[in-house]
Amino acid sequence: MSDKITIKRGLDIRLKGKAEKIFVKAGMAELFGVKPTDFHGLMPKLAVKVGDIVKAGSVLFYDKYQPEMKFTSPVSGQVQTINRGERRRILEVIVKPDDAIEYESFEKEEPSALSREKVIKNILDSGLWPAIRQRPYNVIAKPDETPKSIFISAFDTVPLAPDYDFIVKGMEKEFQAGVDSLIKLCGGKVHLNVDSEYPPSSVFTQAQGVQINRFKGPHPSGNVGTQIHFIDPVNKGDIVWTIAPQDVIAIGRLFMYGQYDASRIIALTGSEVLKPKYYKTIAGCCIRSITEENIKEGNVRYISGNVLTGTKVTKNGFLGYYDSQITVIPEGDQYEFMGWLSPGFDKYSISYSFWSWLLPRKEYKINTNIKGGKRSLMITGSFEKVFPMDIYPMQLLKAIIIEDIDLMEKLGIYEVAEEDFALCEFVDTSKTNIQEIVRKGLDLMIKEMN
Amino acid sequence: MKGLRKLLDTIKPNFEIGGKLEKFHSLFDAFETLLFVPNKVTHSGSHIRDAIDMKRTMIIVVLAMIPALLFGMWNVGYFHFLSIGEIAAKSFWQLLGYGFFKVLPIIVVSYATGLTIEIIFSQIRKHDVPEGFFVTGMLIPLIMPVDVPLWMVAVATAFAVIIGVEVFGGAGMNILNPALTARAFLFFAYPSEMSGNKVWIAGLNDGSGVIDGFSGETVMGYAASDKLEAMPFSPMDMFMGTIPGSIGETSTLAILIGAIILIYTGIGSWKIIISVFTGGLLMGFILNLFAVNDYMSVPAWQHLIIGGFAFGAVFMATDPVSAAQTEKGKYIYGFLIGILAILIRVLNPAYPEGVMLAILLMNVFSPLIDHYVVEANIKRRMKRFETSNS
Repeated sequence: MSDKITIKRGLDIRLKGKAEKIFVKAGMAELFGVKPTDFHGLMPKLAVKVGDIVKAGSVLFYDKYQPEMKFTSPVSGQVQTINRGERRRILEVIVKPDDAIEYESFEKEEPSALSREKVIKNILDSGLWPAIRQRPYNVIAKPDETPKSIFISAFDTVPLAPDYDFIVKGMEKEFQAGVDSLIKLCGGKVHLNVDSEYPPSSVFTQAQGVQINRFKGPHPSGNVGTQIHFIDPVNKGDIVWTIAPQDVIAIGRLFMYGQYDASRIIALTGSEVLKPKYYKTIAGCCIRSITEENIKEGNVRYISGNVLTGTKVTKNGFLGYYDSQITVIPEGDQYEFMGWLSPGFDKYSISYSFWSWLLPRKEYKINTNIKGGKRSLMITGSFEKVFPMDIYPMQLLKAIIIEDIDLMEKLGIYEVAEEDFALCEFVDTSKTNIQEIVRKGLDLMIKEMN
Repeated sequence: MKGLRKLLDTIKPNFEIGGKLEKFHSLFDAFETLLFVPNKVTHSGSHIRDAIDMKRTMIIVVLAMIPALLFGMWNVGYFHFLSIGEIAAKSFWQLLGYGFFKVLPIIVVSYATGLTIEIIFSQIRKHDVPEGFFVTGMLIPLIMPVDVPLWMVAVATAFAVIIGVEVFGGAGMNILNPALTARAFLFFAYPSEMSGNKVWIAGLNDGSGVIDGFSGETVMGYAASDKLEAMPFSPMDMFMGTIPGSIGETSTLAILIGAIILIYTGIGSWKIIISVFTGGLLMGFILNLFAVNDYMSVPAWQHLIIGGFAFGAVFMATDPVSAAQTEKGKYIYGFLIGILAILIRVLNPAYPEGVMLAILLMNVFSPLIDHYVVEANIKRRMKRFETSNS
């Protein structure tokens, strides 16, 4: 075990509605949806039409430019609807599930006994490949490249984050099988990063063939981008892959049982949830199967993911491909009289400009109001308080805004993803949509470098 | 408040694009957002946001200036009645009241001029009225001599807002601190009204009723003319602020209260404030070592409590737009302001107050400081790249 890495700059936003550590088996959702919009930059090409019968692991759509990149159904059943948006862009492919899940069969073999090509093919065919993403640019990894290392963050520090130690309990074998296949893919080390504050689950500590790194400190210490920065930073030309623990387990199951078993455990969290708990469900489930009769009255926002980086969904929306969390918070679409002058005992701010700092209260209820008007980027120094990397966030942001490719590269664009700037966006006084700008910058780099 | 909200909602369409009163959209928007925090919500990215906004930030800065303002008003009354020999007969409230009515018109003129221009520009540029002038509008009166003619305040404010801010693209894009731009404009355009020993006390220029032999000389005036032994002020007076000077700059104590508010709320950069004081103290010591006249031998620490030094360090140098923007740069920026302020103050007889020029000069240099700080970061990254590839 390597030395502990301490992150000093960051912020833990204390929100109401942390999930209690109780498992609930969610009822089978009425519908399942796979959303091409979860995969940034993807040009989907449909492989099914409405009415087709599919199994779990059957291809629903694939990447137009990389046909081997497949996106598969998490359950067996019938394709019910294909929702399209502007310019016929595919938004959701919706499957109505059977009562019992039937699986497509894939290669069932110890990954260590397979060649690298076979491991890659098996993961691609099952539809699990998109779970592997790469830095730079935070997009799906390219199967024909070899990363210098692979990072798994075994803990999450976002507000109301699910506890992975709790989630992965008892899945030692599956996790190990997943790790074994990743070792096949990787040119260098597989890094498994754990929280140094709590003794990590034996699933992680007993994993073979990985380097375990311990992290301490506030969010974003659990962000894989932060971890890469401190252990094996991405320089120009480098490629690092990242994957979440539950996806490692899914890959493990693929090789152990020859099936795409998309079951996953998610946390239902947020101040508007009556009883926040953990749910055992299947990827892509309609969130109503989980939230039904467990949400407070009133105008609320459903988020697939967490409050900092999640996606806004309707109450009949679907769980995102990468998400292990659903958050429900109040909408903030009301005016507040003289809000900027109020003492603000209930207002959360990193600055001490509201009286709330007087109250040692543990948890806040924060709504979706922007809480002010959009202004120029005037205030300096606040990003730096929550941005732990050795990168100048404001300067990089400005380089992106003026589309100066050269400067973006010099200032470290290869190391960052949208989520790394989420806290900057949260604390920003000028109410700029910073993650959107960062994404634009990353897209610009992709365009420029290819 | 529901009634008020309803009223606003009814008249709002008139001010939208295509409405009858479209020309007054920015004005309406400024009033509306002053009364109500807008109902806009996030759509993606960070779904929740910190409660702080520009209005809150600016109001905290204004709040931090209130002690200096109140003391300044009292001090105006104090020196006025001292100069006409009636101080013994006046109560605390009479002193404050006199100062209040002297200072209030300056504040009103500064805000009225500045906000009018800001609103017009916002309307032309079609963006919201920025809050920066909340602060600038209060800073300008605080750095004026009390007897400054009101038309000069108006001209200086207009100059600062138009030439100092708007020509660069509006609030947040300016290079120089707008309040100091106003001060510098007056200092160079109307030097006789902005310096000397008559302008700092209300009624002294006029001369009526002033007791014989009363001098309105500032501490720096005494020091510059090598008459320190004749100076009637003790260091305690300088710290408390019972010395002549610009309206808000005299009381180091009141300014320190403001500094505590700014630092504690996290709105003012302690890095800048501390390094300005450090730089000033160091330069004071260096001058002491080579002292050949009265001014050079002023104890280093006393430099920090006279003139506009403390006021500049706390309220002017910390302006985030014109200061260095990198955290390391802020130390360098502040330190050099401190050094230059004392250097100019003591060694250049043409400029009795060096703080204003030091801050303006460093405003111009702050992008350069940032450039080198950022360049060091880039070099670090290049080095990492080279070692990983070798």
